[in-house]
Amino acid sequence: MNLTFHNRAITGLLVVVPSHERKFVDEMANFNFPPARSLKLKQVMGYDTHRLVDGPVCASDLAGRGLRHLFKNRALQREDIDALVVVTQSPDYLMPPTSSIIQGCLGLKQDMFCMDISQGCAGFLMGLYQAFLLLDQPAIRKVVLVNVDVLSRRVSKQDRNSYPLIGDAASIAIVERSDDPSPIHASLKMDGSRSRALMIPAGGFKEPSTPETAVLEEDSEGNLRARDHLRMDGSAVFNFVQVEVPPMIEALLRTAGATREEVDYFLFHQPNRFMLQKLAEAMNVPEAKMPNNVVEHYGNSSGVTIPVAIAHNLRERLMTGTVRACLAGFGVGLTWASMLMKLGPLRFCDLIDFPETVC
Amino acid sequence: MNGIECALQSIRPEFDFTTSTDFIGDGMLDSYDMVMLVAELDKSFGIRLAGRDIVPENFRSISTIEQLVGRYEKAA
Repeated sequence: MNLTFHNRAITGLLVVVPSHERKFVDEMANFNFPPARSLKLKQVMGYDTHRLVDGPVCASDLAGRGLRHLFKNRALQREDIDALVVVTQSPDYLMPPTSSIIQGCLGLKQDMFCMDISQGCAGFLMGLYQAFLLLDQPAIRKVVLVNVDVLSRRVSKQDRNSYPLIGDAASIAIVERSDDPSPIHASLKMDGSRSRALMIPAGGFKEPSTPETAVLEEDSEGNLRARDHLRMDGSAVFNFVQVEVPPMIEALLRTAGATREEVDYFLFHQPNRFMLQKLAEAMNVPEAKMPNNVVEHYGNSSGVTIPVAIAHNLRERLMTGTVRACLAGFGVGLTWASMLMKLGPLRFCDLIDFPETVC
Repeated sequence: MNGIECALQSIRPEFDFTTSTDFIGDGMLDSYDMVMLVAELDKSFGIRLAGRDIVPENFRSISTIEQLVGRYEKAA
């Protein structure tokens, strides 16, 4: 599905990462694999440091930390928020929505729109689509888009396939109308027939959590995880990304009448370094234009990796200048989405730590 | 030992890969070993195996890996 938007812009971006930092080399002993194999994997995949919440920290805690920071620094006023869109796969509760928790916790006005979107690695794109659509309403002038996940709490520490890459983070993007009429081209595809390739089997209504679903089971590759934990069919997901994403980007650029050379940055979701390197090769894009350094510094925080990539790599440039960016997210659903848009100049672009205090 | 056998040995030195024609089924290579093997083959043979070719079917035996690498060498 092709989408086009006009007069829309991200005007500010803040990323919140837990200050609690873990090193892959310190965790290797948890995995049922020889150290030499794990070290080789570290080198190829780019595992090094990841930021994880420590203790019972929730999505609303990370988001609340970021919003309070913006209020305190007068980068955002409570009364200016007309809509709060929260994209997460790790909500505080099954009900009520996390957006309502945040609204209440921060004392936001009642005359506003709050909604949650259950999305993962394509969640920044999905959230932007929704924010852009909300801005069609004259009453909505400022949308706060929160992407947040604390999925490390649902990943087995003995799962070498998922734990080394997982990271927790939140981002807050301010989305507003803009005077720039140049089109923002976007695309979206979804395939629910492959939805079980990435899932947490237990904990919902289909399979409620029980003592049995918390029991660790060993898979054919030697990983230990329970049905309460995230599980990923690594081969299927890798192949899905490599097969689906390059033609999606090619079609997006064709629709926009743009060439690869005219794009300053390809800011893609970052599951691991190898995945991004293979995508860059397939698309004939220089690695310098497709940053792949998020996993090694922070871990894979699902829908937050694109904002983390922006804040980590481009924050100074975007405070004064503009880049033409191709964004892409792919994962849970399965969902793959992309967007070609101008980024910057931003009123703020920062990355802050989450101290160990809760909402 | 040829280049492919060397690459396999560097990933899983505990196995004799000449004795199997189903590395995946015999538990000699898992999905992450395939990733590491691709990085090794890229380096050893000076090729860039496409991500879409990183599927179990291409890594079942020395013969299937040879066919895969051969296609890239020929294209180069």
